[in-house]
Amino acid sequence: MTKIVIDKVRHKYRPARGKPVLALEDVSLEVRDKEFLALLGPSGCGKSTLLYLMGGFLPVESGTISIDGKPIAGPGPDRGVVFQHFALFPWKTVRQNVLYGLERQGLAREKREAVAKKFIDLVGLSGFEDNYPSQLSGGMKQRAAIARTLAVDPSVLLMDEPFGALDAQTRALMQSELLGIWRASPKTVVFVTHDVQEAVYLAGRVVVMSARPGRVKAIIDTNFDKTAPDVLRSAKFGDMVDQIWGLVKEEAIKAQMGRGT
Amino acid sequence: MTKNPLVQGAVRYLPLLFLALVWEAASRFELVSSSALPSLTKIAAAWWDLAKSGDLLDNGASSLWRLGAGLAIAVVVGAALGIGMAWWRPLDMALGPLVEMFYPLPKSALIPVTALWLGFGDGSKILLIAMGCVLPVAIGAYNGARSSDKALVWSARSLGASRLRVLRDVVAPSALPETLSGIRTALAISFVLLVASELIVARSGLGYLIGFLGSNGTYDSMFAVVLTVAGMGFVADRLYLLVMRRALAWRE
Repeated sequence: MTKIVIDKVRHKYRPARGKPVLALEDVSLEVRDKEFLALLGPSGCGKSTLLYLMGGFLPVESGTISIDGKPIAGPGPDRGVVFQHFALFPWKTVRQNVLYGLERQGLAREKREAVAKKFIDLVGLSGFEDNYPSQLSGGMKQRAAIARTLAVDPSVLLMDEPFGALDAQTRALMQSELLGIWRASPKTVVFVTHDVQEAVYLAGRVVVMSARPGRVKAIIDTNFDKTAPDVLRSAKFGDMVDQIWGLVKEEAIKAQMGRGT
Repeated sequence: MTKNPLVQGAVRYLPLLFLALVWEAASRFELVSSSALPSLTKIAAAWWDLAKSGDLLDNGASSLWRLGAGLAIAVVVGAALGIGMAWWRPLDMALGPLVEMFYPLPKSALIPVTALWLGFGDGSKILLIAMGCVLPVAIGAYNGARSSDKALVWSARSLGASRLRVLRDVVAPSALPETLSGIRTALAISFVLLVASELIVARSGLGYLIGFLGSNGTYDSMFAVVLTVAGMGFVADRLYLLVMRRALAWRE
């Protein structure tokens, strides 16, 4: 079943100064219901832009994007977002951050508190409910942000390099926990990253994007059993990473050259 | 170094004590004319007389009322203006040039103008202080609101907040730190404008009292009021810093 349909989307990025830049050219893509999809590509390839278009944060000017058959019109709680730099409300505690979306839904107070507690527990932040984001480590901040997003139960989860600002150990830990959460209650996830290993480990399908202007270069099925503890060292995993890295490398080089001119 | 905050405070204000001692000595030993600089003990005695007679309280109350009302108007109007201009471009385009033109104008030049409009009473002082203080607040709020993180706005929107709700829940709190700094500047300006306007066109207030006592030649009393105003300004700033720190506790 198809969840999101992206059809011939073009997008021009207009900087405050200088000429507009074609960020996306003719991108068509179907995201299946409850699949974990990774958008992979060199920096500047427009993968985040595509995510923001799905989120409704940027206007779709050319082409269409529809979710459950309806074209998107602005942001909405059916699509939860997790940003690289967490985007927690700094003046709210962890609990208040998680409660924010639940308050907008108009749930009764006890219900809100119960849901917030459930998701704070889920991401392992019990005991830190009353901390402000400034008092948390990067990994804990991202846990809080994930709890805040999951609490409103969006059917689509849009993640913009969510672990990109974390150290290697924390990142590995968060990846396996995210996968655990997703397996326990699958949602449609679109996960932007430039880390090939991360994409292969997390996603069932990996979309490789070309250097700017971004297009879909290849879609690779990475859906195999990854529950084994040493899956990251298995031959199958290694082959898949090599194959995809081959595709990304060309684009990364092009992106580098493009920057040089 | 000791960690006791009382001792630390005492050490910090030691130079002030030193200045007071020099002042007292300079006056007592007639190093300067005692009418130009009456000794602190004489000033203290004059202050006590002024306090007992009720002059200090009456005039102080009317000054505080003007200060408070003027500042309150400036804070409400300035914060609304600044956030509004940051949020809604047409307002920015309409008012931006006016702000730029009005900002460098010395607001004390408006003392006769406000007196012409509203007379010698409270109204002219309140208007003057409001006009003088509104821009620092508005500029602080504007800069703060403009710097609000796009990802925060997007997060709130995707959590179900309407655009108006985002203004209240994200843009306004993002603007808070700079708005509070703007208000601190406004607080300092408000004292300047208060005393200046009361000196020139008023029949009550601490500034009026300073001018009145000065022209009567009762310099001990005049100095007593000057030091009272200085003390009020200092205490107001310290109290405000305390409030500001509490309001921004989340920043650590």
